[in-house]
Amino acid sequence: MTRVACLWIAGILLAGVATAQPRLVVGKGEAFHRIHDALVAAPAGGTVVVRAGTYREGTLHITKPVTLVGEEGAVLDGGGDHELLDIRADDVTVRGLTLRNVRTSYSQDRAALRVTDARRCVIERNRFDQTFFAIYLARVDECAVEGNRLHSTFERETASGNGIHLWNTRRVRVRNNDIEGHRDGIYLEFTRLAEVEDNVSHNNFRYGLHFMFSDSCAYRRNTFRANDAGVAVMYSNRVEMVQNRFEDNWGAAAYGLLLKELRDSRLHGNRFVHNTTGLYVEGSARLDAQDNLFENNGWALRLLANTENATFRRNDFRANTFDVTTDTRRASATFEGNHWDRYRGFDLNRDGFGDAPFRPVRLFAFLVERNEPLLLLQRSFFVDLLDAAERLLPALTPDAFVDASPALRPVVL
Amino acid sequence: MLHVFRYHVRDVLRSRWTLGYGGLLLALTEALFRMGSGAEQVLLSLSNVALVLVPLVSLVFGTVYLYSAREFVELMLSQPLPRRALFAGLYAGLAVPLAAAFALGVLLPFAVRAETSKALFVLVGSGLALTLIGCAIAAYLTVRFDDRLRGLGAALSVWLVAAVLYDGLLLLLGTAFSNYPLEAPLLALTVLNPVDLARTLLILNFDAAALLGYTGIVFERFFKTGLGVSLSLLSLGFWTVLPLWRAARRFETKDF
Repeated sequence: MTRVACLWIAGILLAGVATAQPRLVVGKGEAFHRIHDALVAAPAGGTVVVRAGTYREGTLHITKPVTLVGEEGAVLDGGGDHELLDIRADDVTVRGLTLRNVRTSYSQDRAALRVTDARRCVIERNRFDQTFFAIYLARVDECAVEGNRLHSTFERETASGNGIHLWNTRRVRVRNNDIEGHRDGIYLEFTRLAEVEDNVSHNNFRYGLHFMFSDSCAYRRNTFRANDAGVAVMYSNRVEMVQNRFEDNWGAAAYGLLLKELRDSRLHGNRFVHNTTGLYVEGSARLDAQDNLFENNGWALRLLANTENATFRRNDFRANTFDVTTDTRRASATFEGNHWDRYRGFDLNRDGFGDAPFRPVRLFAFLVERNEPLLLLQRSFFVDLLDAAERLLPALTPDAFVDASPALRPVVL
Repeated sequence: MLHVFRYHVRDVLRSRWTLGYGGLLLALTEALFRMGSGAEQVLLSLSNVALVLVPLVSLVFGTVYLYSAREFVELMLSQPLPRRALFAGLYAGLAVPLAAAFALGVLLPFAVRAETSKALFVLVGSGLALTLIGCAIAAYLTVRFDDRLRGLGAALSVWLVAAVLYDGLLLLLGTAFSNYPLEAPLLALTVLNPVDLARTLLILNFDAAALLGYTGIVFERFFKTGLGVSLSLLSLGFWTVLPLWRAARRFETKDF
């Protein structure tokens, strides 16, 4: 009875081994000493396991579908002047490796890990330390970049590269990555249907996230903190921006989020906290902004005149120096049911909305938008008097910027 | 001089107005803290008070007080006492208690909470400077005008011009010449008026320099240089010393 059971179990195990993909192990005292040899020897669909140790092997080229797995402490060290992993095949997975030391180049976009012309690649749980460009995807489809940690300490914008760079890609998912000290944390250009979710991009030299010519992409639940210029989303259509945090982007040219030439996009449930400018919108059409929180910004919202048909519903404006500014009286946008901490109205019919409309553009903000040095008069008693007068009898501020039903209680918690 | 100073310090301190002024500031600071604002918010609100209320109180209270001290002055003049010492004691006896009331009213709630910051010192420093200047101008006006009403009217006008209308002038100039680089002229005009100077120093210290963009950077750089610091101090000193000097000269030769 027991013998039969043992045979059964042995049989199952053997069958398992026979059908499992071959595992090639690289490390001291293992079958392979160099990752390169293991990659050459591995069959399509095989797995190469890298034991702990530091490997200096020049650029590794992967040209067939394999899984490259690093164990704890497996480090690929570039020494500086070349790329580390060059992937040109479908179905490649790279997991658990540490890639280190790729120096600045002023003539090429030198990347620690580059994927070109490939489908279904997976790059997960790797570390990138001191890399110029870290992950560079070009002409790829359906890839996943998840749970990586990217950390560089280059000195300035021109000497640093992008953290996760997507160029001409389709259906790429970028999730749960932590990116620091690059030029742009995440960079998308000519990309379609990308999903950027739950990443933290902070202390980068330019943008936390940089979108160019990328339609139908979405980014959700990301945190962009203390980047030199915030986040820029430009020249794209149908972008979905949901539940992100834009924090502490403080400086003369820093924006929580800069939108330029953006059409038919949604901006829902985001938090803009402590930025010089929370949201800057220029030349955009049909922006739909709902349930966002603007708190402690210098300018919560700068809406330039060439923006058409923007709607702002149920947003919350608290403790900003300026709530809304624009540069011309003819600007147009729809404001409805937002909460403004400056609103001093009343609610006789008790429907939760003030009975008198609220004009979010202060006269002073409007003057400053046209003539910046006047900012020096901020907190001046005279300017406060002017503002109060303008609020009673609006003469100069844009007619269209009126919230007819301002909410009396905070709408975003 | 010391006797006169001591007498006046006691007199001013006993005055309900000084106590009320200090108490008001204390209550305001405390209330702002209790309403749940952070130290920075409290400082921001207080800076509005300091810029409007402090010059007003020191000018108006100073004028009223010095007029009412006139009989005392006439009595003292019959004593063998140099006029200069009498005047110095009079001024110090007015300015020091007022400055102390301001400093204590603002600082106590911060001290209790062990909150300090550079902005707090700038606030207290500019409040003290504005007090000294306000009292100096009040001293000049009381010596200049024998008629109390005219003196008080002049004091109010000085406040109105310095704290309110001057900014209107800046706004007008800024708008009229918006096509020209305005930083340097604005900077000069700001340094000239102590109220504006105090306000600018406060904004720059509230982490708001980035908000001010290019202008802010120009101003911040200027006020960090030795030249900026010395010019600011010179301006504040000038507005204290000039009215005091003029007043002292008049006081010495005045026929009471």
